Amino acid sequence: MSRYFTEDHEWIDVDGDVATVGISDYAQGALGDIVFVDVPEEGRALSKGDEAAVVESVKAASDVYAPVSGTVVEGNAQLSDEPGLVNTDPEGEGWFFKITLSDASELDGLMDETAYAAFVAKL
Amino acid sequence: MTINQSGWKPTSPEANTGDVQATFTGNRALMLEEKLIFEIGDSETTGVDFADGDVSGSRLGNLTRKDPIGLPGLSEPETVRHYTRLSRQNYAIDLGLFPLGSCTMKHNPRLNEKMARLGGFSDVHPLQPVDTVQGALEVIHQLAHWLVTLTGMTSVAMSPKAGAHGELCGILAIKAALEKRGEGHRKVILVPESAHGTNPATAAFAGFSVEDIPATADGRVDTAALKARLGPDVAGVMITNPNTCGLFERDLKDISDAVHAAGGYVYCDGANFNAIVGRVRPGDLGVDAMHINLHKTFSTPHGGGGPGSGPVVFSEALTPFAPLPFVEKTGEGFRLVEEENADDHHADSFGRMVAFHGQMGMFTRALTYILSHGADGLRQVAEDAVLNANYVLRSLENTLDAPFAKSGPCMHEAIFSDENLAEGFSTIDVAKALIDEGFHPMTMYFPLVVHGAMLVEPTETESKAALDQFIGALRSVAERAKAGDPSLKTAPHFAPRARLDETLAARKPVLVWKDKAA
Repeated sequence: MSRYFTEDHEWIDVDGDVATVGISDYAQGALGDIVFVDVPEEGRALSKGDEAAVVESVKAASDVYAPVSGTVVEGNAQLSDEPGLVNTDPEGEGWFFKITLSDASELDGLMDETAYAAFVAKL
Repeated sequence: MTINQSGWKPTSPEANTGDVQATFTGNRALMLEEKLIFEIGDSETTGVDFADGDVSGSRLGNLTRKDPIGLPGLSEPETVRHYTRLSRQNYAIDLGLFPLGSCTMKHNPRLNEKMARLGGFSDVHPLQPVDTVQGALEVIHQLAHWLVTLTGMTSVAMSPKAGAHGELCGILAIKAALEKRGEGHRKVILVPESAHGTNPATAAFAGFSVEDIPATADGRVDTAALKARLGPDVAGVMITNPNTCGLFERDLKDISDAVHAAGGYVYCDGANFNAIVGRVRPGDLGVDAMHINLHKTFSTPHGGGGPGSGPVVFSEALTPFAPLPFVEKTGEGFRLVEEENADDHHADSFGRMVAFHGQMGMFTRALTYILSHGADGLRQVAEDAVLNANYVLRSLENTLDAPFAKSGPCMHEAIFSDENLAEGFSTIDVAKALIDEGFHPMTMYFPLVVHGAMLVEPTETESKAALDQFIGALRSVAERAKAGDPSLKTAPHFAPRARLDETLAARKPVLVWKDKAA
């Protein structure tokens, strides 16, 4: 299983043709206390760059974009009751949604963990 | 008998200022604890003594109420006390300086209120025959004339009811103009980062797609980037001037010329017109439509105190598309131009923004403000608002980080960031400590382009003494935040409630009162 990152601070775990998407630890730190998360419904077709989820913190509301194209397999239902999971475990329990990967080549332009760490260090 | 003029306060030498036992009531002298109205009253008692009705058979059929209504019964003095006690825990412009910029919580002259309460303005109905409301129509007509003159524009739609409603009005006029030209395919509205947050929402609501234009490091529109994006798909730009960074957009004329040459229109968010009224006419800068917040620039009540009102001024190019109704002067007096009598001289109007004619009470107050200041007085309003903001900016630029301090004078708003506070301290801590100092906090975390923004708008009516006291308080709090004073993290300490858990309140909001016993 390999993990990728986007410049919009999302992470993507790819396992076969299913990708799990969430926001990075850096993103949750910048947003502050998360109070609400709206994840996409199962079966929703998304193109890369579509608004997929909404995350609201005490400071701001932000859109989370689909980092890859595909169909949503599952949204993390736990986040509606416990949005704080995004703060406590952003890159684990705080995942947003799982999506089928319709075009694996879309992963090519993304960063790996090391490249993302370097990207964040420059911000 | 002599009057105490020395400021001597006759506190007993035995007065104990140390730790004392908490009170039985929870009150702290004149700081009163107040329960919810449901906890004071109950549905078993009532403050009104009606005789038992002789109701034999209801005509409500199966619509009769089955459950008790559950409203608390209180007598008149109990009700009055409840709301008066609550009001004493509030902070208001009538209590002190209210630095909440971008909204201009400024003094509402009492003369405005007196005029608005005259029966001929307050007791009229929008469906009254026009010949019985000539005075009210004349007020609308006169105010319209002032707004058009002050902005250097061609016409004004008086009916929009708030700033964002005015934005929508302007954008709908642009849409109608494009469709008339057969250029409805222009679907992109450009919105700079220095614009108000409502602008992109308005454009999207009207069916346009929104594209951001970056700001330069000095806090203004990146003119080169904006020009580079113009093209046959661009309907127009929405630009806020003065902008949310508190700066005047000096390139607006140049931008307007480029937008017009590319076939688009210029919408100006005029929410900050109070900084330039009497000094700058937006019409001279090539603006095609702009809303004016009467509840900001022209001192009508705002924020819980009264409705907004957002008339929109139009250029010659957009005037044919302005919404109905409007007031017209004829030989016999004033008439309302509406659908049934608009005829061909307003055939291209895009329609209506509201059912009737707008906020009559706000029109009366705004015209009163304008007439009591006169043209020279309005100019001084803008000058004093800008002077006061610059005084705040220059007094604090060596204490707090002021990101645009080198971009020239600010307009009516001074902006600081939380960049030079101690590690772990942010704007929220400064704002909460200001509550202890007896001030309403400034706007926080806006504009978004500034880290931990603190946006201070003192307004034109504050004296130098009042400004000095506020500056002293903010400087003292900022110095504590820079030194890392841990007591700031739990401020406010002297307010009716200490630091509230905003995260818990947002995650698990309690929005409905429920009887704990039930």
